[in-house]
Order: sequence, then structure tokens, then C-alpha cells
Amino acid sequence: MSTSTLLDIATGFTLGCVVLAMGLCTLRLIKGPAAQDRVLALDTLWMCTMLLALVLGIRHGTPIYFEAALLIALLGFVSTVALAKFLMRGEVIE
Amino acid sequence: MNSLHTLPWWAAILVALLLVLGGLIALIGALGLLRLPHFYQRMHGPAITITLGAGCILIASMLYFSVTGSRLAVHELLISVFVLMTAPVVAMLIMRAGVYREMREQSQDLVDNPIGESDQQVQEHATPGNSTKPSPSSTAEDALPASRRLS
Repeated sequence: MSTSTLLDIATGFTLGCVVLAMGLCTLRLIKGPAAQDRVLALDTLWMCTMLLALVLGIRHGTPIYFEAALLIALLGFVSTVALAKFLMRGEVIE
Repeated sequence: MNSLHTLPWWAAILVALLLVLGGLIALIGALGLLRLPHFYQRMHGPAITITLGAGCILIASMLYFSVTGSRLAVHELLISVFVLMTAPVVAMLIMRAGVYREMREQSQDLVDNPIGESDQQVQEHATPGNSTKPSPSSTAEDALPASRRLS
């Protein structure tokens, strides 16, 4: 077994775990009893998407996925802050 | 994919171990988000995913690109610093939104029932001989200025 096979197995397992975690987050997003539960699930979904991009970057051996992960982290932070502000006050910018 | 052949064994085993650990921790965090019963307990599930899971996978990525690129690749530190800085802010904002919404629901009950009793409390205190005003009305009235103070 060469190192590339080992890394293929490890990244495949990690991809499965992260995709399963995204599925669980989606379940919470669908059935969450209150709106703040849904926002929390959406934030976790953003984080899992960032992890997915990083693992795909290791799997394919290209550093291009790093920029995608950075952008996903930034957009996730901004969107979650906007949604939390909207839940708190009823408007985003005041 | 041809850069994979230059990866030595120790680095491959370390990267694989960190990846598997990060994936499992992310799964545990999402499981906590799904299974925990109350909202304030559910806040703690994604914290594991953000700190430990993302940390393990970021260290694995840093190690992989440092070894295959044969130079120090630390631009993953950018993501980890950003995530570690923004995670408490996001958690605090969502928590405050949750607290504020619960308070607003309580004061909405106060507007609907001027006596200050929600439906549950009406059923509880509907026994004969208990005509005194129940104490929860005062707590609901206290919650109204407190929610104003938050804003």
C-alpha cells in the first residue's frame, strides 16, 4: 500500500464523515423548533462546507480549494451575523 | 496527483490520522446539534466542530502542503485565526437572539393576557379557592423592561 492509497482512504473516510455531519445539520435545519435553532444549524452547515473544501483540496493535491474555503468561512460569518441580528431586532442594519 | 509520490510515510500517516480525527469530531459535533434536547445545550455541539474538528483538518492541510511543496505553507493559519476569532462572536450573537426572542414571547403573553397568566398557568391556578394573583405575573412584568434594556 502506497502513501497515495492511504491518503485516498483517509480522505474518503473524512469526506463521508463530513457529509454525514452536513446531513444531520440539515435535519436540524428542517425540524428545528425555533428560528434560532435553524440559524445555528445553518452556521454549522457553513463550517462543514469549509471542512469539505479543505479535505477535497488534500484529496486532489491542489491548493486552489484553499481560497474557496477562505471565502466560505468569510461568507458564513457574515450571513450568520446578519441572520442573528435580524432575529434579535427585526432588521439587519439600523 | 503526481505530487503525492513525494510524500514520505511519516507525513502520510500523520495527515491521515489528523484527517480521520477531524472528520469524526465534526460528526460528533453535528450529532450533538441534532440530539441534544434544549437550544442552550445545542449551542455546544457546533463549538466542537469549529474548534477541534476544523483545527485538526487545518493542521493536516498545513502539514500536507508543507511537505509536498517542500516549503512552509502557513496560509491555512489565516482560516484558523479567522474561525477562532469569529466563532465566539457568532455564538454570542445567536445566544443573544435566542434569549431576546424568548423574552419577547413572554412579554407577548403579557399583552395577550392582561392578568399576566399564560394558558398553562391559568390551568394550573384554576382550582377553586385560589383567587389570589399568582406570582409569575410579576416575573413577566420584570422581563419587559429587561428586554428593552438589551436593545
